[in-house]
Amino acid sequence: MTERTVVLITGTSRGIGRFLVEHFLQRGALVEGCARNLVEWELPGYTHHQVDVSNEGQVRAMLSAIQRRHGRLDIAINNAGIAAMNHALLTPAETASRILDVNVLGSFLVCREAAKLMRRRNYGRIVNFSTIAVPLRLEGEALYAAAKSAIEMLTRVLAREFAPFGITVNAIGPTPIETDLIRGVPQEKLQHIIDSLAIRRFGTFADVANVIDFFVNPASDYITGQVIYLGGGG
Amino acid sequence: MPSLPISHTDLFQQVVASFRDVLEQSGRPVPETIDEQTILFGKGAPLDSLALVTMIVDLEQRLEEEYGITLTLADERAMSQRNSPFRTIRSLVDYLERLIAEESGRD
Repeated sequence: MTERTVVLITGTSRGIGRFLVEHFLQRGALVEGCARNLVEWELPGYTHHQVDVSNEGQVRAMLSAIQRRHGRLDIAINNAGIAAMNHALLTPAETASRILDVNVLGSFLVCREAAKLMRRRNYGRIVNFSTIAVPLRLEGEALYAAAKSAIEMLTRVLAREFAPFGITVNAIGPTPIETDLIRGVPQEKLQHIIDSLAIRRFGTFADVANVIDFFVNPASDYITGQVIYLGGGG
Repeated sequence: MPSLPISHTDLFQQVVASFRDVLEQSGRPVPETIDEQTILFGKGAPLDSLALVTMIVDLEQRLEEEYGITLTLADERAMSQRNSPFRTIRSLVDYLERLIAEESGRD
């Protein structure tokens, strides 16, 4: 078994996930990541898995590979997610279903399989991703916000179910950050969100990493089932 | 039925080993004899729901590591008193054989 901290991050092909890979590598961790596609970059200490997080068999296989390779998993970050901006009246069932699958089912499966590895050492830190769209009840994001609400509740209940195994489960709710996820959102809409925050600016990757660092700190063993929103928008 | 990657006896022994481990780890008394009739979960059983969950996950990992059998032992009836496949050693071994047969048939 490796002496180094092992971190699993989902959705590492770009955006926050990609940033977090480097963030944890710089801290000396071994990082395992996944995305639906292969990635074109390589980093020492990083192993990529081509996985659809809503596919039970693929998630299971990825976690088995981590167990075989490292013999441990300390941290799991459920960053993978998809959004779709649309009026509810114009949202196809297929889109609705996909949003729920990737965000809710995907986070659930990764939490479940990660916890199975973590419980062996009676230690684990799981961080899920909500969004500021939940407390702000953003129009045009009904399904996305509903899926993220589900993730918040999953976080709170799993916090209780996993506590006996030494595993904490928390969530971060980022504000808009300039990534691909919000590329399709009109500028006016983004400004409206920023204006609803206590601190009126876009979020940064560093803001996200700061909250995650707090959640995954070994000293945070009495912090679980919590959701922290960036920017004071909650 | 096609031959399974694990014999009935080995499966029984894995279940017993897992049961014994969970009892020992949680500081519960280990019965002198453990056989197919031994009750695992339910009224008057030695395992509470958390210990049962631990045992099931432990079994999943044993089967994968020692026999290369990948199963997800999640079942909606797990916590049901009447129909739980985890009620006794025998019902659990039967349940595992059924799942493994299904998995083998799928390959």
